[in-house]
Amino acid sequence: MDSIIKAENITKAFTNHVALDNVSLEVPRGKVYGLLGPNGAGKTTLIRIINHITAPDSGSVQFNGHRLTAADVSNIGYLPEERGLYKKMKVGEQALFFARLKGMDRNEAEKALRMWFERLDISSWWNKKVEELSKGMAQKVQFIVTVLHKPELLIFDEPFSGFDPINANVLKREILKLRDEGATVIFSTHNMASVEELCDSITLINKSHDILSGSVADLRRRFSDNSIELRFNGDYDALKSVLAPMVTSIECMPPDRDGNHGARIKMIDGDDMSQVISQANSAVALRAFSEILPSMDDIFIKTVEASNSNA
Amino acid sequence: MPLFMVGLMVIPALIAVFSSPDKQKIAVIDHSGIMASRLQNNDDVSFIPVENNLDKAKADEDYRGVLEIGKDIVANPADVRLYTHGPSSMMVEGFISGQLESNIESIRLAGYNIDNLEQILKSVHADVKLSTMRIDKEDEETSSGLSYGMGMAMAFILYMIILMYGQMVMTSIIEEKNNRVLEIVVSSVKPATLMAGKILGVGLVALTQILVWAVIVLAFTVWGMPLIISSVAGADADFAAVLSQLGNAGYVAMLFVYMILFLIGGYLFYASIYAAIGSAVDNIQDASQLQMVAVLPIIIGFILAPSVINDPMSTVAFWGSIVPFTSPMVMMARIPFGIPAWEIILSLVLLYAAFMALIWVAAKIYRVGIFMYGKKPTFGELIRWARYK
Repeated sequence: MDSIIKAENITKAFTNHVALDNVSLEVPRGKVYGLLGPNGAGKTTLIRIINHITAPDSGSVQFNGHRLTAADVSNIGYLPEERGLYKKMKVGEQALFFARLKGMDRNEAEKALRMWFERLDISSWWNKKVEELSKGMAQKVQFIVTVLHKPELLIFDEPFSGFDPINANVLKREILKLRDEGATVIFSTHNMASVEELCDSITLINKSHDILSGSVADLRRRFSDNSIELRFNGDYDALKSVLAPMVTSIECMPPDRDGNHGARIKMIDGDDMSQVISQANSAVALRAFSEILPSMDDIFIKTVEASNSNA
Repeated sequence: MPLFMVGLMVIPALIAVFSSPDKQKIAVIDHSGIMASRLQNNDDVSFIPVENNLDKAKADEDYRGVLEIGKDIVANPADVRLYTHGPSSMMVEGFISGQLESNIESIRLAGYNIDNLEQILKSVHADVKLSTMRIDKEDEETSSGLSYGMGMAMAFILYMIILMYGQMVMTSIIEEKNNRVLEIVVSSVKPATLMAGKILGVGLVALTQILVWAVIVLAFTVWGMPLIISSVAGADADFAAVLSQLGNAGYVAMLFVYMILFLIGGYLFYASIYAAIGSAVDNIQDASQLQMVAVLPIIIGFILAPSVINDPMSTVAFWGSIVPFTSPMVMMARIPFGIPAWEIILSLVLLYAAFMALIWVAAKIYRVGIFMYGKKPTFGELIRWARYK
């Protein structure tokens, strides 16, 4: 796998607690990678280590195949969860300042900034002072500052907090666009709906340990309880009797608008799918058939609770 | 600030020019009949003989007071009284008794009928004028009064600037931390670099401001001071001599170079402490307690200044000007008195070395502190942070 970040066995302890205990993480290039976990799990510490802001006590971080150095920071864009701007500075002048901190030259930075301000429809803010901006407005500026220098790796920590749904969508669109242009995105959030929407793979951290990782599609399949939803025309009891040997549960669902009956079953074995279909079809007229995968929300809660009760 | 510095130089001069009190008229009732004509006026007091009516003279508000000289003043010098409206001054009383004494003495002397008395008296009279020379400074003429003023002024300037700009470093870091800009900045810049940049940046602001003052003050020294000196000269020759040394641009420049060196060293030293404190707390209120570590020594250094000036070679003065915490203030208070070069150099070397050690520790505290929110850290915790790998 071509990975942009490979963190191995990261351990970091502070005076009173261990923030990360032997955590490993591999982020594939050109994907959106979700870094999930409850509050205080150690996500921000891990992100700071990947950003070369703090150093791990042990373990190593590889960036593009070599050990992460301070110079790599110019190839990373980081939008922290707790973020602010200098209140007294003007928006444009401040964005320029941060761009220059990342090593862009003035003209290049100004050109790129004008383009982005245009793109997010905030050109009129250029000469406003930051203190005049609302929280959401300031976040747009911070987003631009993060992505402006076209880093290979973008790290967003709770990027949608403080955004209204419309602007959150604008931002999601831009994040996916950046990924399509070749950037890798690490995305830390509690918002599982946006994880399903955006992330290709995730790692779940709980209490300083990585407890789950993999691609979103694989994980949802892995956590599947083999639930299937059927829509059919015919007798529910007939269906129930033919399927009984293959399911752990079956329940009736109210008919839909077209008058089709519904049933939700849990298969004993996920591989029985085709058999279930043929058996069902013999008893009733099947209209629709769909596999019900668990939401990331379910997976998150289930995994974290399981890991908490083990600990 | 430049106004303040120019003021330090001008105001004493102006006071000297304008504070000379109005001439006081003293009515003289002379029962002896020989004294009144002998009394001589000076700049402050003039004697005006009046008729022998005490009550009338007392009632006349035009006179500051009435001097009643007894009939046998020569034989009985205590037979003299001064009635005044309002309090009299030591200076006036001293002047009057001095006049009376010398007149009585010369009248008594005259009674011995000595030949060539005038000549003898003249040859006996000695007018002492004390000149102070420095043995260790090739007999350069000095004036303690000037050194005193300069020492105090420079200790004060250092005290103020170090405190002011040191705290500016702290508040600016607290502000960055408080509104979370810091989180964004450290994704581009190393925390230690950021801290060093902050200290340098505020330092350059300070230097720019100070240079502006310096230009104003120097220009004033060169063009303004001679004017004042010439206007003061008439009023008080001694004071003018002191002021003229202030008008000596070379002397002022020498002090200025030392001041800048100690200022930079002292600022860097304390700014490092303030930076560490600023990084550790969330707001100014929380800073107040930790801040005492940085504020107290500066204040102590400033408080020491007057006693150091009284005895620039005392043990307290020596150690106060060598130990980095107080050395900028105390050494600047001593320098105008002309102290050995090795002491100044030792003090500077120690100050800058201490700064190097301190900024290294401060950077470690800073690196940890900027990500610590919520709890107000204790001094012990700061030290623990400094020990982190």
